[in-house]
Amino acid sequence: MVDLVASVEQQQLRSEDELPQLRPGDLVRVRTRIFEGGRERVQIFQGTVMRLRKGGANANFTVRRIAAHGVGVERTFPLHSPRIVKVEVLRHSHVRRAQLYYLRDRKGKAARLREKRLEEKARA
Amino acid sequence: MKGILGKKVGMTQIFDDTGEVTPVTVIEAGPCYVTQIKTKTKDGYEAVQLGFAEAKRLNRPQRGHLPKGVPDVRYLGELKVDDISVYEIGQKIDAGIFSVGDLVDVTGISKGKGFAGAMKRHGFAGGPATHGQSDRARAPGSIGATSSPGRVFKGKRMPGHMGSQRTTVQNLKVAIVDPERNLLAVKGAVPGAKGGLVTVKSAVKGM
Repeated sequence: MVDLVASVEQQQLRSEDELPQLRPGDLVRVRTRIFEGGRERVQIFQGTVMRLRKGGANANFTVRRIAAHGVGVERTFPLHSPRIVKVEVLRHSHVRRAQLYYLRDRKGKAARLREKRLEEKARA
Repeated sequence: MKGILGKKVGMTQIFDDTGEVTPVTVIEAGPCYVTQIKTKTKDGYEAVQLGFAEAKRLNRPQRGHLPKGVPDVRYLGELKVDDISVYEIGQKIDAGIFSVGDLVDVTGISKGKGFAGAMKRHGFAGGPATHGQSDRARAPGSIGATSSPGRVFKGKRMPGHMGSQRTTVQNLKVAIVDPERNLLAVKGAVPGAKGGLVTVKSAVKGM
């Protein structure tokens, strides 16, 4: 019975290789299609992956960036949304938790994350 | 008036082409079988009786009620239709009677909430939490005047049993129809728990 829900969701999901491989702490550049004044364009949002949430078609991830004047901006994207054109992973970080909420309390140098270089194998 | 019996399966969300997200309830709808046709002459009104879901065990009177060729069904439900002549006994009805974009009314038994207070049951505001109040936070307040009328009016909204009630949600848009998998998805929420029996009918008030 629950399988029916799963089967509906299945059609919504993007295929495995199409999905960005994200980890918490990654520096990412998210390209989304946005509709503005009847026109369509691609918007870029670059920041740190603060959390990943699973949940089938509802899976999403939150990206945090520091905008002008040191204002923190967080944006949550549905992982399977067709509006997401591409997610580029620019850098991985060494993090010790799954949800990086502590970044909200830090600013400037304290909010830096140590880079983690992954071997090609681990990244796959 | 079209209708079908089904089982609430659960909720999820779907994306449309533009990436807009729609919350949907998935319903396992049908297959239903016409088990009886009520006529004006015999029953005083016209309706179609539908049977749905495989029954584990039926007693002899129950089985005797079902016409030949109809599998054992667990639930029976009646549907008032405009024209009974298009239905025949034993006819199979599947989710294909609806198409995407149709407006439907969905009826089910709402989840039971037990004995609920006035705040939960009727949306009362409760009392103040501060200013020296004690034991008033969830109280319903005054329930009427004093010796005139000297009683509480009938129908006064008070605490009591909530839920487990036949509830209809009107004008839900059909989002997915798949007769092969007996699947129907409607936009929005539907009364009742997962696994509960629901009736999906074409909308009464729909545009």
